[in-house]
Amino acid sequence: MRIASFKGGVHPPDNKKATASLPIVDARLPERVVIPMSMHIGAPAKPVVGVGDAVKKGQKIGEAQGAVSVPVHASISGKVIAVGNFPSPMGADAQAVVIESDGKDAWADDLTGHDDYLSLNPDVLRNIIKEAGIVGMGGATFPSHVKLSPPKEKKIKYAILNGAECEPYLTADARLMEETPSDIIEGLKIIMTILRVTDGFVGIEDNKKAAIKAMTAEAGKVACELVVETYYERDGIQYEVPKGCRMGVKVIPLPVKYPQGSEKQLIKAVTGLEVPPGNLPMDVGAVVQNVATSAAIYQAVRFGRPLIERVLTVTGPGINEPRNLRVRIGTLFEDVISQCGGVNGKAAKVVMGGPMMGVAQASLGVPVIKGTSGIVALSEKEAVNVMDFGPCIRCGRCIDVCPMGLNPSVLGQLIEKGRFEEAKEYGLMDCFECGSCSFVCPSGRPMVQFTKWAKRELAKKKAKAS
Amino acid sequence: MDTGKKPQEAGLFRASIGPHISSGESVPHIMWTVSAALMPAAGLSIYYFGSRALLILVFSMVSSVAFEALTQKLMGAKITVSDGSALLTGLLLGMNLPASVPFYLPIIGSAVAIIITKQLFGGLGYNIFNPALIGRAFLMASFPRFMTTWLLPRSSLSLARPDAVTGATPLGILKEEGYPKLLSHFANRHDMYVQLLLGHRGGAMGETGIVALLFGAAYLLYKGYITWHIPVTFIATVAVLTAVFGGDPWLAMLSGGLVLGAFFMATDYVTVPQLKRAQVAFGLGCGIITALIRLEGGYPEGVCYAILLMNCFTPLLDRAFKAKKFGEASAKA
Repeated sequence: MRIASFKGGVHPPDNKKATASLPIVDARLPERVVIPMSMHIGAPAKPVVGVGDAVKKGQKIGEAQGAVSVPVHASISGKVIAVGNFPSPMGADAQAVVIESDGKDAWADDLTGHDDYLSLNPDVLRNIIKEAGIVGMGGATFPSHVKLSPPKEKKIKYAILNGAECEPYLTADARLMEETPSDIIEGLKIIMTILRVTDGFVGIEDNKKAAIKAMTAEAGKVACELVVETYYERDGIQYEVPKGCRMGVKVIPLPVKYPQGSEKQLIKAVTGLEVPPGNLPMDVGAVVQNVATSAAIYQAVRFGRPLIERVLTVTGPGINEPRNLRVRIGTLFEDVISQCGGVNGKAAKVVMGGPMMGVAQASLGVPVIKGTSGIVALSEKEAVNVMDFGPCIRCGRCIDVCPMGLNPSVLGQLIEKGRFEEAKEYGLMDCFECGSCSFVCPSGRPMVQFTKWAKRELAKKKAKAS
Repeated sequence: MDTGKKPQEAGLFRASIGPHISSGESVPHIMWTVSAALMPAAGLSIYYFGSRALLILVFSMVSSVAFEALTQKLMGAKITVSDGSALLTGLLLGMNLPASVPFYLPIIGSAVAIIITKQLFGGLGYNIFNPALIGRAFLMASFPRFMTTWLLPRSSLSLARPDAVTGATPLGILKEEGYPKLLSHFANRHDMYVQLLLGHRGGAMGETGIVALLFGAAYLLYKGYITWHIPVTFIATVAVLTAVFGGDPWLAMLSGGLVLGAFFMATDYVTVPQLKRAQVAFGLGCGIITALIRLEGGYPEGVCYAILLMNCFTPLLDRAFKAKKFGEASAKA
């Protein structure tokens, strides 16, 4: 079996032991949820409910605005008590709908599923996925239907599910793969049907043996199933899957190395192909979706359920009883953490997502959103203090670990001096901010912060110029 | 607002951009580790050259640290002597001096190394040249007699400045009197190699104990603090060129400051290229210049100047050998 990886990367302590073997538990039904209209990349949704409206679980409360946008749904049944700006885990306050639970947890009436989902027209499937508000659940939150709509000139050959979960501490994806592999694989079959792809892959880091075992067993069943023969026309082109063509799904164990779960690095490991700088995965014929996203796609298509809940890992030395929880979107962090024994005195930094790329939270009064893969409470001892950084000593450790083959040392020094244009020439835009450079930097230089700042300044300049 | 509570007890946590964890590696840890790796060689030099050697090392280290603190204070900068980099520079400078120099020499050398070469160029990370080597080169130019009067090992262990028991370095004898004469100082060729390896020869106090230096270098290689690229290329180039021009490659490798320079000075992060391929080119350049000076130049030894000259080329080499970007190969295909 091919176990190719990528050049660079780091090996942070994985710290997954606390929750790796804990089954996913449904969180308590929240009494109140704060659902931001922007939980995805692209235009925020527009609220379609007002204060006083009664809503049911799964009911649309925000309408997508434009092509790169998704609708937002109520995650509990109850009454809208506020529409306005509320703290968001992404930083600035954002428009949100606040719903108070009626305790009934009743589904909306108009949700319909499909038994024969693999015989649906791809456009119908895409629309279901969009209407279900599904976005990349690994944390990137890019609308899934957009990723599943490559332009017709891009021939897609590989549908890849990302089960790497390379961030330390997180075990939500691993548990999902172990407990509900069939949802994930069925979701992948839907993705493959949409993309007219016969080769599906699931990349899983080799430290998740149980997940690999469960997923491999489930993937084995796929090989025997025929693709439903479908013909359809789009943009004047006849698409077809020849009769008798078999779908196959392979589970690929990946070397344990951060950032193995980065899209381009995953594609490299699974297919051996490198996405050129400035290009998208579809340019090498690959489409990647997170495993949780795939499960959500299945739930949406099969049962008509929009994305209103997700599995996340609540863990870290600052959490008294670490757990894997299935949480309704909009549940406040403090509510979630209170179901895990609360925070203890060790908690110095609370991160949404993993400790490498996650977003630190100043307070716990923010809601779980579609991209919340975990809540990690780090201790003072392990949490970096960026105020302490020193000059670059040119040791080159960052160059050795950069998965994009950049020179973070030079980038950091250029940006520090405000030389953003030159930083661009050194590949600033290829940086996806994995933070491997900062992780190994003996001077503790905040390279990701530099990068984000420079990209923003360049964007501002560009906006001004046009 | 002071409620006497920790911020987290009030529900407030520290926020910053990720990554929120680190490998724990730090500049002080690197500097102290390299200094520790030099300890066996420093110890051996004290064994060979007595308490004078110890005092010279101490003077050099203490004055380096003092000059760093003083300059930073005068410039209104944060005092960073605890990062260990000034101490390491002082240690390296001291090891580059003959044990017979007057005690004020390490102090002058430290001033040149720390104030001029390091701090005036912007401090840690910004200096172009290896500070200890500039210190040595300055002393060499200013005090040539002191800097080329070599004590023989175990010949004078007292604190007094010796003037009788001095001898030339093997490379000096080679340059002035030729290979057969050098060989005549030893029982046979094999004995010469062993004696050189153990450090029974004249030379700067830190460069003679090759065994101890290699021991420290092996530790740094094992820990990943240095890589083979520069030292191995450097030493191999000197050996090959020496052999090509009819010299003794083993003698070339075991004499002078080659081992000290290649493993501990040509690997100084700040002043050498960052990319591995550029480092190989750097090592090659160091080797060529060293061999040229030794074989054709007026000085018996050229390691110090070779590294300093190659330090000038570091920015160029960094530019010539760019990192290979992910996906670049497939973009061209």
